Amino acid sequence: MPAFPEAAKDAVGDEVLRANLRHATHTIRDKRARAVAELADWELLRAAGKAVKDQTLRHLDRYLLQLEESVTAAGGVVHWAADAEEANRIVTGLVRATGEREVVKVKSMATQEIGLNEALEAAGIAAYETDLAELIVQLGRDRPSHILVPAIHRNRAEIRDIFEAEMGSWGRAAPAGLGDDPRELAEAARLHLREKFLRAKVAVSGANFMVAETGTMVVFESEGNGRMCLTLPDTLISVVGIEKVVPTFRDLEIFLQTLPRSSTAERMNPYTTMWTGTTDGDGPSAFHLVLLDNGRTDTLADEVGRQALRCIRCSACLNVCPVYERAGGHAYGSVYPGPIGAILSPQLRGTGSEIDASLPYASTLCGACYEVCPVAIDIPEVLVHLRERVVQGGPVTREGIRVRIRPARGHAAERAAMRAARHLLDHPCALRAGERLLARARRLRPRRLPGPGRAWTDSRELPELPAEPFRDWWARERGGRGSLGDTEGRGDRGDTGDRGDVGDRGDRRDRGGRT
Amino acid sequence: MSSRDRILGRIRRATATAAPAPAVPRDYLPVHGARTPAQTAALLAANLAEYRAKVHRTDEDGLAPLLARLLSERGARSVLVPAGLPPHWLPAADPTRVHDRADSTPYELDAVDSVVTGCALAIAETGTIVLDGGPGQGRRRITLIPDHHICVVRVPDQVVDSVPRALPLLDPTRPLTWISGPSATSDIELDRVEGVHGPRTLEVVLLGAQ
Repeated sequence: MPAFPEAAKDAVGDEVLRANLRHATHTIRDKRARAVAELADWELLRAAGKAVKDQTLRHLDRYLLQLEESVTAAGGVVHWAADAEEANRIVTGLVRATGEREVVKVKSMATQEIGLNEALEAAGIAAYETDLAELIVQLGRDRPSHILVPAIHRNRAEIRDIFEAEMGSWGRAAPAGLGDDPRELAEAARLHLREKFLRAKVAVSGANFMVAETGTMVVFESEGNGRMCLTLPDTLISVVGIEKVVPTFRDLEIFLQTLPRSSTAERMNPYTTMWTGTTDGDGPSAFHLVLLDNGRTDTLADEVGRQALRCIRCSACLNVCPVYERAGGHAYGSVYPGPIGAILSPQLRGTGSEIDASLPYASTLCGACYEVCPVAIDIPEVLVHLRERVVQGGPVTREGIRVRIRPARGHAAERAAMRAARHLLDHPCALRAGERLLARARRLRPRRLPGPGRAWTDSRELPELPAEPFRDWWARERGGRGSLGDTEGRGDRGDTGDRGDVGDRGDRRDRGGRT
Repeated sequence: MSSRDRILGRIRRATATAAPAPAVPRDYLPVHGARTPAQTAALLAANLAEYRAKVHRTDEDGLAPLLARLLSERGARSVLVPAGLPPHWLPAADPTRVHDRADSTPYELDAVDSVVTGCALAIAETGTIVLDGGPGQGRRRITLIPDHHICVVRVPDQVVDSVPRALPLLDPTRPLTWISGPSATSDIELDRVEGVHGPRTLEVVLLGAQ
């Protein structure tokens, strides 16, 4: 996967895609604002949701053990998976043990994150996605581009074509003469998937929440495909990130109010299913819970970055993000796109790859994502923190081990510029001489920088150079009174390395305060 | 070392130096607004209707005729009946009764036209009915596979104002299904379409003094 700017290039130039994205994100963000405005205590719910998640993360070991005990007592079996490979191995083994060769799936970010469908396919097991948008993605051999509406990048005509061309090879073919009305398309999906639901013996799901106190699992959905998967098969396997636990059943009262309004902009999503272990005669007779780490404990080890684990996957941050709106979800190169993906993916996977090193830069730091986040994740704060890590390297935790990473490649020019700046600011005479030289050469100022600075000037004007350095002007105009001497120049020096970051944060706060 | 121990060890190292997390502030509202029971029932009806459920109101005497009429208008030839549904709700033999049984197959349920159930409670502010498998509600799947679901809510005693009022009344060890309007999707250009996999028609009968 190339770095974000390259990955986004095609999307930004694709007018159909941009129109699809713009229509969808603007529709949902306007609806969401209305749904949120209905609750006078929104900010209090937001603070409570944040606190519940922080409480959980602080004592995650204790809550996971409590959860394991509750689920086991209720008739479920708990498995622990340190990474994607282990989780896939566990699930594949569980499916094999049933003797079945196919599973139905309710949309799950965690199983997408670990590439479960591919692992099952390699083991000769067919996995059918049953969420309408996931079905569109699967049939189109595509990748999801949004957390909530994975096929947001497709319009109705494209979906019709995919259904017509592909449904037949996966099961029941699309009805003859299928039109592109959403109602007709949903009906085609209903018919195509119903035969799979009715015969399915094994289902795989994720979960939105797990309650430590009671062992209750919770899935929010709209279509009923979730209920089909969670109640019809004999065996249910849920793969859930360890951060999805909440301490008490009562805690759900917060998220049942904030999640639907933030994600689908509804007072409540059409269906929510809660189950605790197994129930005689109602639903699956075997329930397996696979608790997934896969980089989450490493994220937890980062004091600034761990707040990303509060995420409840509502996708509100995607819908308000000016970068997501233009670049689309695929450019983020992971199952988690948009602002949350820009901070989650580089933490779950590390910043070693080009795409992960570039994700903290896939943002304007405008702060809109923080404003809408129902658990108040300060995404810009984490972005800046991760930028620093990419540029300067430093201590991180990978697979539970504290290591020191080196600065990412590609930032050599930036670091060289910083070193040069530090040298100049350490040597006031050199700085003064340089400023005078620049002022004299101002007619020669290029419109675009050469070399590594070129990318910067691709989209920006170089600032005008003043006719005279400020120091000279000060000395001339106010020379007698006070002086802007070398001492003050030195006084600023210590901050220069961080100034860009601090300035960004300050700007954001100011803008946030005015809106 | 097992993965369980490995993960727990990583968590403990990661949080060893973390400051204690502050207590969860519970100062959010238990209810949004002050309403009489009648106003609460009206809000439930309005919110259900906004998400395209069909809402009816009747009293004890009117219930059986109303249910018979709704099933007949639908053209239902068979109706699923959970154990514990009050017998006087559906007195006539037509349409054919299909009883909720543990050993019935999904294909058998798919052949049934309608289902009639009660509920555990309903939430006015969100337009939600909650089923918990109690008497008159049946297994989770019977309200899922038939295309037409009629749910009877006793007003006012089964209606609560808000989500925070609902949770203490529910037993998490029972399987819970929260239903807000019929099955719907917004996956195609964010146009809301009712009915994908769950019942495409949800009718809610508010049962109480008129």
